[in-house]
Amino acid sequence: MRKIVKSRPRDLSKGIEKAPSGISGLDEITGGGLPRGRPTLVCGSAGCGKTLFAMEFLVRGATDFHEPGVFMAFEENEEDLAKNVRSLGFDLKQLVARKKIALDYVRVERSEISETGEFDLEALFIRLNYAIASVGAKRVVLDTVEALFGGLPNEAILRAELRRLFAWLKEKEVTAVITGERGEGSLTRYGLEEYVADCVILLDHRVNEQISTRRMRVVKYRGSLHGTNEYPFLIGKDGISVLPITELGLDHPASSQRVSTGIERLDSMLAGRGYYRGSSILVSGTAGTGKSSLAAAFVEAACRRGERCLYLAFEESRAQIIRNMRSIGINLDRPARSGLLHFHTVRPSIYGLEMHLVAIHDLVQNLKPRIVVLDPLSNLMAVGDRGEVKSMLTRLIDFFKSRQITTFFTSLTEGGSPVEQSEVGVSSLMDTWLLMRNLEQGGERNRGLSVLKSRGMGHSNQIREFRLSRKGIELLDVYVGGGAVLTGASRVAQEALDRAEAKVRRQQAARLKRAIDRKAQAVESQIAVLRAGLEAELEELKQGLEEEELRSRASGFDRQEMAAARMADRPSREPNNSE
Amino acid sequence: MKKAVKKSSPASQAKRDGETWQLRLYVAGQTPKSLAALANLKRICEKHLAGKYHIEIVDLLKDPTLARGDQILAIPTLVRKLPSPIRKIIGDLSDTERVLVGLDLRPA
Repeated sequence: MRKIVKSRPRDLSKGIEKAPSGISGLDEITGGGLPRGRPTLVCGSAGCGKTLFAMEFLVRGATDFHEPGVFMAFEENEEDLAKNVRSLGFDLKQLVARKKIALDYVRVERSEISETGEFDLEALFIRLNYAIASVGAKRVVLDTVEALFGGLPNEAILRAELRRLFAWLKEKEVTAVITGERGEGSLTRYGLEEYVADCVILLDHRVNEQISTRRMRVVKYRGSLHGTNEYPFLIGKDGISVLPITELGLDHPASSQRVSTGIERLDSMLAGRGYYRGSSILVSGTAGTGKSSLAAAFVEAACRRGERCLYLAFEESRAQIIRNMRSIGINLDRPARSGLLHFHTVRPSIYGLEMHLVAIHDLVQNLKPRIVVLDPLSNLMAVGDRGEVKSMLTRLIDFFKSRQITTFFTSLTEGGSPVEQSEVGVSSLMDTWLLMRNLEQGGERNRGLSVLKSRGMGHSNQIREFRLSRKGIELLDVYVGGGAVLTGASRVAQEALDRAEAKVRRQQAARLKRAIDRKAQAVESQIAVLRAGLEAELEELKQGLEEEELRSRASGFDRQEMAAARMADRPSREPNNSE
Repeated sequence: MKKAVKKSSPASQAKRDGETWQLRLYVAGQTPKSLAALANLKRICEKHLAGKYHIEIVDLLKDPTLARGDQILAIPTLVRKLPSPIRKIIGDLSDTERVLVGLDLRPA
């Protein structure tokens, strides 16, 4: 599947019309393609991919842009050419049969030719003209016209004729690609750049620490802005791919769907639902902090949901990973057998970054995984320099995101360096960053996990203890209290201590409560005694009062009785009734 | 005549004695160079190959497809089809010495 890049008229490139090359990434660098109706010089040393570049330009033109083309080959015959580009998926013979492309092999054999006076290259013009007419070509490739210098004796005539040829090509208004061998101290061995002045692209094949990388640079582009950097490019199964950082851009969709991390408590740390689908996740940490285990848990969970996973392992073999993960209760064997999980294990140094990219692209395109694990990313970084790795990674992440693939990277941090200082600044490319660290305490090493960042969700800010056991991965609360963070045995000890303390406190409380009760009871009973005393006293008083009343009533009655008995007259005065 | 040629030819020519020389001259229209080449060719042939040569003139302007077969790029080009091996001589054939060497009529 290829993206067809249509040439976009831009303000910057106004004035010069461009023919899209169809080479992925190149049109972004050049702002739309090669100068239309003009020749472009593509130069580089042997084996740098000049011919493939030219061929792809032609084939894409014929198949994607309705611009038939002529390939005039000076070095390889039609048969070899067809064979060589078949590896890129170009069916040259079929294109020739459909009159989309005309091939003309020009063989120049010095030993067969002797010069006997004035000549010109009119026959070459006639051949080219005929080929152009036969398919209605809009594009022309001359690969490599420099071969003529070796084959024809008179350089002065040749130079004059080449100048005429390029002028003629312009007149024909064909977009031409002329390839040239890299010379020492000059772009091309025979100074072709003198004639082709509109656009010059330099291809390079460099070996750095035994690893080769292809690079491309637009040296010159008259009348147009262009990216001036050196861009790594690769030759993959479906052609050349230049890696400009902006190739895919930032317009990929953002899913709000979540995928489980495979660890329940980690899900809950990430706002309860895990990672975002299609996001990039980085787990960094020093050696042995459990990065791969976290990756494996994620993969296992995905496989259980029936999602296809791709595990790119740069450090361990497939069998080793499966065995190791089994020891912590993660079964990767079954999905690996069923094909749901695909391992791609390769040493990073086996080939250059570009080839890794190709391999990853191919795998992803073939397998169409939902989840890709890259373990560890840091090993891949050793292959190229920082800039390269970053641009590759940017592209890779763009590539994954545009396909809504959730990507899980692990990264080994050097011991001693601050963990937050991430490797080649890739952290900015990551949506979720989990930090694993060793917490050393009380003669133990324990693993701690925290979420350093997770874009677009409210995540936990706590450190959890990360424990691997045969039952799987567990995240435990670390002991936080008394101003210390404790893990492992010290946590357990501390927790036990806490429990003991709590018990003592509980007992003490109970004791106090009982004392209070007792006190209350004592007071209560005192109150009862007092109340009883009071009652008794009141009773007595009441009785005395009654007696008194009775007594006084009785005395009044007595007097009346006595008076009656004495037959006394009514006493006139009460006070002196005592006689 | 044949004898004379034989005598003047290098030893290597002896075995080809009986063969007719097949020569093909590629031109593109009636350009001065083409006309000069043809004239020069006829002169040389008459002198060195009289009676046993055949010249075919191919005008690529009339039939451009023929340029491919003999791998022609320069004009004018003289091709010695026979005797084999094929030899190609480019230019207007004004340098007779080089034409003779090129056609293998004289050792280099």
